[in-house]
Amino acid sequence: MLSDKDRIFTNLYGLRDSDLKGARARGAWDGTKAMVEKGEDWIIDEVKASGLRGRGGAGFPTGLKWSFMPKQSDGRPHYLVINADESEPGTCKDREIMRNDPQLLIEGALYASFAMRANVAYIYVRGEFILERKRLQAAIDEAYAANLIGKNNVHGYPFDLYLHHGAGAYICGEETALLESLEGRKGMPRLKPPFPANVGLYGAPTTVNNVESIAVVPDILRRGGSWFATLGKPNNAGTKLFSISGHVNNPCNVEEEMGIPLRELIEKHAGGVRGGWDNLLAVIPGGSSVPCVPADQCQDLAMDFDSLLEVKSGLGTAAVIVMDKSTDMIRAIARLAYFYKHESCGQCTPCREGTGWMWRVLERMVKGEADISEIDMLFDVSKQIEGHTICALGDAAAWPVQGLIRHFRPVIEQRIEEFTKNPNPQGAVKAAE
Amino acid sequence: MSVRPVSNNQPDSFEFTEQNIAWANEQIAKYPADKQASAVIPLLWRAQEQHYGWLPEAAIKKIAQMLDMAPIRVTEVATFYTMFNLAPVGKFFIQLCGTTPCLLRGSDELAKVLKKRVGGQNQVSEDGLFSWLEVECLGACANAPMVQINQEYFEDLNAENFTMLLDDLEAGRDVTPGPQNDRSCSCPDGGATSLTDASLYANEGDSASSGVAAMGAEALSNIAAGSTAYSGTVAASTFVSAEPALVSFDDDHQMKGVSSAPEETTSQPTERGTNTSDDAKPTGLSQAREGASDDLKRITGVGPKLESTLHSLGIFHFDQIAGWSADNVAWVDEYLSFRGRIDREGWIDQAKVMAQEDGPSDDDKGDV
Amino acid sequence: MPKLIIDGAEMDVEDGLTLLQACEQAGSEIPRFCYHERLSIAGNCRMCLVEVKGMPKLAASCALGVNDLRPGPEGQPPEILTTSPLVQKARSGTLEFLLINHPLDCPICDQGGECDLQDQAVAFGVGTSRYDENKRAIENRNISPLIKTIMTRCISCTRCVRFMTEIAGVEELGQIGRGEGAEITTYLNKGMLSELSGNVVDICPVGALTHRPFAFTARPWEMKKTESIDVMDAQGAHIRIDTRGGKVLRILPRENDAINEEWITDKTRFVCDGLKNQRLDTPYIKKNGKLRPATWAQAFEAISKRMNNIDGNRFAAIAGDLAAVEEVFALKTLSDYLGSPHIDCRTENCSLSPDGGRAGYLFNTTIVGLDKADVILMIGTDPRSEASVMNARIRRGVSTGQTRVGLVGAQVDLSYDHDYLGAGPQTLVDILEGKHEFSEVLKTAKNPMLIVGEGAIARSDGRAVLALAGRLANDFGMICEEDDWNGFNILHTAAGRVGAMDIGFLPGEGGLDTNGILAASETGNMEVVYLLGADEIDVQRLANSFVIYQGSHGDNGAAIADVILPGAAYSEKTATYVNFEGRPQMTMRAVFPPGEAREDWTIIRALSQALGKTLPYDNSMELRKQIYEVAPQLAAIGQITSEPISSLRELSHEAIRIQPTPFVLAIDDFYLTNPVTRASVIMAEMSTLKQEMNAEQAAANSKGMVQTHG
Repeated sequence: MLSDKDRIFTNLYGLRDSDLKGARARGAWDGTKAMVEKGEDWIIDEVKASGLRGRGGAGFPTGLKWSFMPKQSDGRPHYLVINADESEPGTCKDREIMRNDPQLLIEGALYASFAMRANVAYIYVRGEFILERKRLQAAIDEAYAANLIGKNNVHGYPFDLYLHHGAGAYICGEETALLESLEGRKGMPRLKPPFPANVGLYGAPTTVNNVESIAVVPDILRRGGSWFATLGKPNNAGTKLFSISGHVNNPCNVEEEMGIPLRELIEKHAGGVRGGWDNLLAVIPGGSSVPCVPADQCQDLAMDFDSLLEVKSGLGTAAVIVMDKSTDMIRAIARLAYFYKHESCGQCTPCREGTGWMWRVLERMVKGEADISEIDMLFDVSKQIEGHTICALGDAAAWPVQGLIRHFRPVIEQRIEEFTKNPNPQGAVKAAE
Repeated sequence: MSVRPVSNNQPDSFEFTEQNIAWANEQIAKYPADKQASAVIPLLWRAQEQHYGWLPEAAIKKIAQMLDMAPIRVTEVATFYTMFNLAPVGKFFIQLCGTTPCLLRGSDELAKVLKKRVGGQNQVSEDGLFSWLEVECLGACANAPMVQINQEYFEDLNAENFTMLLDDLEAGRDVTPGPQNDRSCSCPDGGATSLTDASLYANEGDSASSGVAAMGAEALSNIAAGSTAYSGTVAASTFVSAEPALVSFDDDHQMKGVSSAPEETTSQPTERGTNTSDDAKPTGLSQAREGASDDLKRITGVGPKLESTLHSLGIFHFDQIAGWSADNVAWVDEYLSFRGRIDREGWIDQAKVMAQEDGPSDDDKGDV
Repeated sequence: MPKLIIDGAEMDVEDGLTLLQACEQAGSEIPRFCYHERLSIAGNCRMCLVEVKGMPKLAASCALGVNDLRPGPEGQPPEILTTSPLVQKARSGTLEFLLINHPLDCPICDQGGECDLQDQAVAFGVGTSRYDENKRAIENRNISPLIKTIMTRCISCTRCVRFMTEIAGVEELGQIGRGEGAEITTYLNKGMLSELSGNVVDICPVGALTHRPFAFTARPWEMKKTESIDVMDAQGAHIRIDTRGGKVLRILPRENDAINEEWITDKTRFVCDGLKNQRLDTPYIKKNGKLRPATWAQAFEAISKRMNNIDGNRFAAIAGDLAAVEEVFALKTLSDYLGSPHIDCRTENCSLSPDGGRAGYLFNTTIVGLDKADVILMIGTDPRSEASVMNARIRRGVSTGQTRVGLVGAQVDLSYDHDYLGAGPQTLVDILEGKHEFSEVLKTAKNPMLIVGEGAIARSDGRAVLALAGRLANDFGMICEEDDWNGFNILHTAAGRVGAMDIGFLPGEGGLDTNGILAASETGNMEVVYLLGADEIDVQRLANSFVIYQGSHGDNGAAIADVILPGAAYSEKTATYVNFEGRPQMTMRAVFPPGEAREDWTIIRALSQALGKTLPYDNSMELRKQIYEVAPQLAAIGQITSEPISSLRELSHEAIRIQPTPFVLAIDDFYLTNPVTRASVIMAEMSTLKQEMNAEQAAANSKGMVQTHG
C-alpha cells in the first residue's frame, strides 16, 4: 500500500483547508520559481522521466505529448487546455482535485504552459460541476491575488488561466470536441490529422491534458521524475486516483500506487465487496468505456494499463465499478448502452445509428425478449461501430457490449430461454425492476 | 432522444440584468478578440439561471446578437448541450443520475420516490416546486446514488433521506448539499483509509480545519477542541460569495436553504456562532459509564455513523439525550447540520422511553 | 509528389490531394455521401473508409491528405487498399447503419433513380436488414416553397448546412439536437431565403431535400435531357433542361468551373413553370383596340400595310433582355434595309458604348479571374441579385481572407463582409483624389478590380461615372498589360445585352437611343416601333406608334402591341448568347415553341420577305456566317477572346460632371426580372415571401432588434 508520504493529493477528502494558505502549508507552490528557471526542456524531461501517462483514459505518455508542441512559435499563440469535463461513468476523481486541491492544478498548469510555451490556459469544466467551478475559480482568484499567476507574476513567466465550462455533453471530454465546444460550437470531434498540437484551439498549437495529469506535475518536479517512476511498475508508473463505486461497502476515491491489486484496492479502501469477495460478479475496472472483467479473472488482477489490457479490458480512468452477484449484468450494460446513445454527438454514421440500435436490442435482452441469434448480431453490430468512427466514443460504446457478450453470454441465453418459455410479462421473467 | 421539449409559451423578449451584462463582458474578455463566440455556453447558462432555470428563444436570439453569431448557430448549441432546458422547470429542478454506478446503488428507488411525489419526467408539479429528469452520469459515482437540485449535488441518498430532503425543500427548510450520510466528499464511510499520517499536515498550524463528518481521529479531536469546523453548506456559500454576480433564478425562485444566496453567506456563520457557543453544548462524559454505552442506534434516526459522532461529543447514554435542554438540542442540531431532524424524529421522547426501559431491544429499525 | 500504392498499383500523386482524390485518379471508386468537392470536409458519413496498411484503423479517405501518409519503415510507399475485406465490411456496415432508420420509401421518393443512397446500397450494401426495432421518424420542416423536406430520409451528411453557410453565405440552416435525434432545420423553423437555396436539392444525396414544384412529376429516366445555357442573368450558367412530352419539367445545373461551377440560382432552376404560362402561341392583330388571333400571313400583311413606303427615319427597333444574337442581328439587317438608324438594345438606358472597344462593356477580369483579385471596388451594383452564382465566388475569396470588397452604392447584404464606402459618385471622386481611406487599400492591392453595375451608369451622368471608373482603373493599377490583368468590369444583368452590342445593335449615324425612340414616339415622330422582346421599358410611352411586338410571353410589350409575332423562349431555340465576360455560348432547343410560335430569327426573315426586303440568309448556317463576319469573336463558342485594353484608357478622358444622387440598383426584385419570371407562379410566390421577410426584418429593426445575418 502506498504510504501517505507518497500521496500527492493530501486534501483529497476536503478535510483540510483547500485555500491557498492551506495548500501552501501542504507544499504547493514550493520552489516554483526555481523550477521555472530550470527551463522548458528540464520540465519536459522530468515529466518524461517520471513515466507519467495521461490520466484521462487513453494513457498516452504526457511528457511525449508535450514534446509534440512546436519548439518555437510561428506567430500563433500556444495553448494549454485542461480537460475537466469529467463525465465517464464511474469516474469522480478530478472533481476532488478541483474542489479540494485546486492549487496543485493551477501550479501544474503553470509548469505545463511554460514547458509548452503557452501563455494562456483554459480549464474546461463540465457544466454540472457548478460548485467545483466556483471553488476552482476562487482558487484561481487567490492565485492571481497572490501574483502566482498573471501577466507579471512572481515566477517571471506571463501566464493567464481561465475557467470555461460546458453544459452537459460527455463527448466534450474528447479533446477535439472539447476544443470545438470551447470555440462556441457543438461538441463534435474534429477529424485528425491535423492534431491539436498543430491545429488546435483557434487554429493554434494546443495540448489538451486531463486534470489529474496536470495536477501531479508539481510533485513530480519537486520530488523528481525518478521518485514518481519508482512507484508502480515500469510503463505503469506513479500514483493514481482510483474511484471505487458500485457494490462495495464504502465507495470512495483514493490515491494509490499504480498496479495495486484490485482486491487489495477494494478491501483496503472501499470496505470490501458487499457480501464479501466471493460475492463479486464482475468489475468494470476503468470507467464505463472498458469491457467488464468477470470475478474469476479478478483475483490477482493488478490495476495498471498493461495488466488490464491482458484481460482485454483497460485502466481507462481507473474508475472501478464493482458489481456483486445481485447485479443484473444485462441491465447494467444496457444502461451504459443508453448512456452512449444519449451522449453520441450524432456526427458520424456508425455511432449515431449504432448506439441506439445496440441499446434497443439490449433493452429487449434485459427482458429476454430476443432471439438467441441476436446475441451474435449484437456483437457484429458493435464490431461495425468499433474503429469506424471519427472519435473513440464509438469504440467506448462497443466495448462494454462486447465485454458483456464475451463473459455473460450464458446469462443472456438463459434470459431469452426463460422468456421464450413464458413470454407472459407476469410470468417467471425477472423484468427490469 | 429527439430534441428536448420546447415551450410553446415563450416570452417576447429577454434582457440580461445590468449585473449580468457586466459579467458577460468579463466572460467575453477571457477569449481572444473575434473569438467572442467562445462565450456562448457561459452566456446561455447565465441566461437560463436568470430566467427561472430555463432558456427561452428570446434569450437565444439576444445572445446571438451579443456574440455576433447567427441565431441558428446558437440554437444548435442550445439544443446540443442537455443542460439547457427549453421549457419551464420546477423551482427545484431535480436531475437524477441514472447511469450504471448510481443504478447499482439504488437510483431506481429514488426514481420511484420522484414518480410518486412529482410525477413523470419533465412535468412541473402543480405547486410549481418540483420537476425532475433522469440524466446521465453526474460524476459523483463514489457518492452514488445522487441527484443534482438546481446547482447543488445531494449524494449518498436512499429513499428515506431523499424523501426527507424533498420534505425539507417543500417546507422551505434549509438543506445541506453534499453527502447525506455525514461523510466528507468521497472519503470512505467509516473513516479515511489513507491520509492519516499527521506529519503531512505538520506545516498547516492554525490554519488546519476539517470537515464535520467521517474524518479520522485527529480531525475529530480538532472539533472536540472547538476549532472552527465548517460543514459543506458554509463551504459552498463561501465560494458563492467569490462570484457574487451569480443570480440564481430570481428571489422567488431562490433555493431556500441551499446557500447560493449571497446574503445568506454573511448571515449564516454568525448564526452558527451563537448556537455553537459552549453554553449550549450538552455536557458530555469522557467515557461511557461502566465502560458500556447504551445502543444509541435504537433511536430512530441514529445509525452507526451518528452514534460514533455522538460518542465523540461524550454522549453515550439515553438519559443524557433525554435530559437535553432546548438549547442543547439546537446546538447539536446545528453542529450536525440537521435542520431540525432531532425534533422531527423525536429523539428526546424516544430516549426518555428507552432510558426507562433500560434493557436491550430487538427493535433495530433505526438502522439507516 | 508522394508515391502511393493504391490497390496494388504504384503511382505518383500530386501534393495536397486527399486520399479519396488520389484513389479516384487511380481508378478506384470510393463511395461517399458527405464529401463534396466544393464544400468543406465533414468526414461524417464514414462511407469512404479505406485501409492504409500499417494504420490501426481504417481511414476516412476524404479527410486524409496524401501528404499525411508516412512511408513504411524501409521507405516503401504507403499502401492503400480500397476493396479489401475489411473495407468492404466497413462499407456494408455503414450502409446498414444508414438504412436502419431510413424509411426505404423509394417508390414514392422523388430522388428515386438519382439517389446516392439507392445507388450505393445496390453497389456496396448487403441487401437485407437485421434491424428489428422501430424506425426513427423526424418531422418535416417547411423551409422553403422551393424545397420539399422529408426529413426522415435525412442521413445527416450536413452537405446542405455546409452549402448554405459556406457557399450561399446564409447562416439559416443548421443541425440541432444531437445523436440519433439530430435534425436539420432552420432557425425557429422559419423559411430559408437565399437566391442559391435550390442547390441543396442537388447536393442532398438522398430524398430528404427535393425539388418541391417538381414533386411527383417524373422519374429521371423518363426525361429527355438537353444541355443548354441559362439566360436568367448575364452570367450564362450551364444548365440541363429536362423535358418530357414537349414540356420543360425541370432545370438543373451542369458543371462548368469557369462559369457556374455547379451551382445555379433559384431563378434559373425554378422558373420553368414560367415557360408554359402566358405564352404567345399565335400571332395577334389589334382590331378596334382588341388583340385578336391571326395567322402569320395576316400578321405580316397588317405590318406590310402599315410599313408601306415608310420613311426609314420613322421606324425604330428595340431589342430586349432575352433576345439572342441571331434575331438581333436579323433585326439590325432589316433596319438597315429599311434605312433606319434608330436601333438600340440598352433598354435600361445605360451609357455604355462600343467607343472604348469591347473591353469598355465587358467583365474583363472574367469569373475565373476573380480568384486572383485581392481588392474589389463595387460601384452601384449588388452582384448577389445581379449575378448570384458569381457572387458566391467572390464570397469564397472574401471568406478565405484573400479578397477585400468595398461597396459604393445602395447598402445591400452581399452575404459577406465588406467595407461600405458611400452612396454615390462623389465617393468615387474622393477615392480617386485620395481623400478616402479606401484609396490606400486600392493603392497597395496587387490585383485590384472594380465592378460597375448598371445602376451606376443607367443615369444621366452615366458617361461621367463610367469615365470616373475608367480613371480609377487607370490610376490604381487595375489595368496592367504586363501582368495581363484587367480589373475593369461592367456587370450586365441581361443575357442578350453583350451579344447585341457585339453585333452593333446600337443607334447608327444620327440614330436615337432607347430614350430617344420613346420620346420621338411620344411626340408622334416615330410611326413604327419594333419591340424584340423589349419588355423592360416604359411601353406606355409608345402609345402613339404602331408597335410590333415579337416575343414569347404576353408581357408588357405585348400589352400595347398592334401586331404580335409569337417567338420562342430560350428553351425552344438554338441561339447564341454572350455572357458578361464576352463569352459566346449556345442554347440548345429542348422543346419546340408552342403553337404557331417560331424561332425568332426566322420570323424576322419571313417578315423581311413580306416587306420586300428579304434578308440574305436562308438558314442559320448562313446567318451565323454573316454574324461572324461582323463579330468574329462570336464564332469562338465557349471562348473568351481577349480584348485590347488600351482602348480603356480613352474612357477616362471624358469630362467628369457628376450628380450627387446616390446610385440605385439595376434589379429591385431578384425573382421578377424578365417575362419568363413574371409568368412564373413560383417566382411570384418567392417575390412575395421575400417582401414579407423584408418587411418583418424592417419591423424588427425598428424595434431595435437587429438581426445581423440573413
